[in-house]
Amino acid sequence: MSEILVLVDHADGSVRKTTAELLTFARRLGTPSAVFIGAGIESARDALRQYGAERVYVVDSPDVGDYLVAPKAEALAQLVQRTGPAAVLLPSNAEGKEIAGRLAIKTASGLITDAVDVTPADGGVAATQSVFAGSYTVNSAVTHGTPIVTIKPNSTTPEAVEGSAVEERVDVTISELAKTARVVERKPREATGRPELTEAAIVVSGGRGTGGNFEPVEQFADTLGAAVGASRAAVDSGWYPHAYQIGQTGKTVSPQLYVATGISGAIQHRAGMQTSKTIVAINKDEEAPIFELVDFGVVGDLHTVLPAATAQVQARKG
Amino acid sequence: MKIVVCAKYVPDATGDRKFNADNTVDRVGVDGVLSELDEYAVEEALQIRDATDGEVVVVTVGPEVARAAVLKSLQMGADSGVHVLDEAIHGSDSAATSLILARAVERQRPDLVLCGMASTDGGMSVVPAMLAERLGLPQVTFASEVVVEDTTVRIRRDGDAATEVIEATTPLILSVTDQCNEPRYPSFKGIMAAKKKPVETLTLGDLGIAADQVGLDAAWTRVDGFTERLPKSAGTVVTDDNGSGADQLVSFLVSQKFV
Ligand SMILES: Cc1cc2nc3c(=O)[nH]c(=O)nc-3n(C[C@H](O)[C@H](O)[C@H](O)COP(=O)(O)OP(=O)(O)OC[C@H]3O[C@@H](n4cnc5c(N)ncnc54)[C@H](O)[C@@H]3O)c2cc1C
Ligand SMILES: Nc1ncnc2c1ncn2[C@@H]1O[C@H](COP(=O)(O)O)[C@@H](O)[C@H]1O
Repeated sequence: MSEILVLVDHADGSVRKTTAELLTFARRLGTPSAVFIGAGIESARDALRQYGAERVYVVDSPDVGDYLVAPKAEALAQLVQRTGPAAVLLPSNAEGKEIAGRLAIKTASGLITDAVDVTPADGGVAATQSVFAGSYTVNSAVTHGTPIVTIKPNSTTPEAVEGSAVEERVDVTISELAKTARVVERKPREATGRPELTEAAIVVSGGRGTGGNFEPVEQFADTLGAAVGASRAAVDSGWYPHAYQIGQTGKTVSPQLYVATGISGAIQHRAGMQTSKTIVAINKDEEAPIFELVDFGVVGDLHTVLPAATAQVQARKG
Repeated sequence: MKIVVCAKYVPDATGDRKFNADNTVDRVGVDGVLSELDEYAVEEALQIRDATDGEVVVVTVGPEVARAAVLKSLQMGADSGVHVLDEAIHGSDSAATSLILARAVERQRPDLVLCGMASTDGGMSVVPAMLAERLGLPQVTFASEVVVEDTTVRIRRDGDAATEVIEATTPLILSVTDQCNEPRYPSFKGIMAAKKKPVETLTLGDLGIAADQVGLDAAWTRVDGFTERLPKSAGTVVTDDNGSGADQLVSFLVSQKFV
C-alpha cells in the first residue's frame, strides 16, 4: 500500500484532534505516515501511534519554529520527493493551507482545500468540498503531481488503530530567503477551559443582541460542554475576541449543534456555520434570516430564554 | 515604497452565484464586484503609500468585466492598474493564477505585494503563498496590523493559538484581514481622477506565458461535478411566552440527545 503523508497539527507536542481525523482518512487511502515538525515529539508519540501512524518523520531543527511556513513547506517537499507518497493531507487552517500552497508549487502538484471527505479513486484520491457558504457540494480530483488535500476539522470521527509509529529523524535545509520573516513575539491565547471552537461538538454563539453581555451565552455553553463563538458585530464592538468570530472572515465551524443567539444570520455569518448538523436560534425578531436555517427556533429575548434554559439543563443533570 | 495590490473580480456574494457548464465559476453572467476582502488590501496599500511617499499599482487577472475591479481600486486612490486579459486564462486554477500574477507582479519590481485574506468566491486563501513560492519571497498572511518603517515591516497576526508579532524585511508578500482597516468609499474626486489613470492591459504573450500553461486544460485539479445543497426544510419556530420558549428549547435538545 502506498504511503500517505499527514502533517501533524500540534502545539509543543500536544496533538490536536484534527490530526487523529487526518490519520483516519489516511488509513482509508493507504499507509499513514505522520510528519511531525517542531519540538515536542516525546509528548506526541503516543497519540500518533494510537491513531495508526505506521511511520513518524520528525523534523526538529531550531529554524523551523521561528520562521513561519516556508521551512515547513520545504521539509514536506523534501519528504514528498524522497517517499513518493500517494497523497499529502494537511489540516485546513490558515497555516495548513499556506504550507499546502507552497508545497503545491514546489512539487507541481494539484491542491484541493477545505475538503470534507477524501476517498480512494482510480489513480489517486477524490475529494468532496462544500463551497459558496455551504450552498454547493463539489467533487474534485487532482490530475497532476501528488494530490495535496487540506481537510476541514470535524469531517470524520477519529478511529483508534494501533500503528507501529517507527520514528525517523529528518534533516532539512532551509533557504536564507525563508528566514527574512520571523516571529519576534508570541502571546498564547488564554485558555478558557472550553473545547476548541473548530473541534467542538456544540457551539453556542452570541451577536449584537447580547448587548455586550456574554454571560448568559457562556453559562448556557458551559452546561452543554460547548465552545463559545461570536458574530463580527459582537467582535467589532469589542465584546468578544476576534479568535472566536464565526463566519467568512472568522472560523468555520461544523458542529453537531450550533446555537445562535442574538444573531441575525447575515450571509457572511452563515458562511461559517451553515454546515452545522443541527441549528438552533434565539432571536427577538421573528423575521430574522437566521430562522430560515434552523431546526428549532425561539422568538424571544436571549436574556430571559438562555438563563431559564441553563437552569433547566442543570436541573436535569442533577 | 512601491506597492502592488492583487485584486480580484468576483461574483457578488449577495447575488446569485452559479457554475458554468464546464464546472467553472460563472464570472460573466452574474453581477460582479472587486472582492470585498481585497478592498482591505487596497486600503492598506494606500495608507502605506501615503506614509512612505510611494506608489500603488493594482493587478487583476480576469475576463473583460474584471476591469471593474481595477477601476474601483483606482477610484479608491491607487495610482495605476494592470489587467491581465486573455481568453486562454478561463478556467485557470489557483496554481495557474499564481503563475500569471507572479509574472505580472515581477515586472513591477515592488517592495511590497498586498493580497486579500481570501477571494470571496474561491476562498482558498492559497494564492498569496503560491505567489510567494513562485517569486522566491517570504509571505506573511492574515495580517491584522501592518507597520512599515523603511525596509522593515512589523505585522500582527491573531492566529488560532496565539497572537504573534512578525518582523520581516522587504521585498515581501502580505495578505491582510478585515481587521486591518476600514476601506474608504471612492469620493467624487476619486471617481473623476480614476478616469485619467493609466491601465495597462497585458496578454499572456506579454508575460511570456504559453497559452497551454494555464486555463482549464492545464489545471492540476479537476472538478467532476457539483450538487446544490437542498435548502433545509423549515424547522420549528416557537414564540417565547413566559418561559415556554426555554421549556420547548430544552425539550428539543433532550429529544435530540444533546442534553
Ligand atoms: C467583508 C465582510 C466580512 C464579514 N465577515 C463576517 C464574519 O466572519 N462573521 C460575521 O458574523 N459577520 C461578518 N460580517 C458582518 C455581517 O455582514 C453582519 O454585519 C454581522 O454578522 C451581524 O452580526 P449580528 O447578527 O450579531 O448583528 P445584527 O445583524 O445587528 O443582528 C442582531 C440580531 O440580534 C437580535 N436581537 C437583538 N436583541 C436581542 C435580544 N435581547 N434577544 C434576542 N435577540 C436579539 C436582533 O433581532 C437581530 O436579529 C462581515 C461583513 C463583511 C462586509
Ligand atoms: N485573479 C486574481 N487577480 C488578482 N488577484 C488575485 C486573483 N486571484 C487571487 N488573487 C489574490 O489572492 C488573494 C487570495 O485568493 P484565493 O487564494 O483565491 O483565496 C485574493 O484576495 C487576491 O488578493
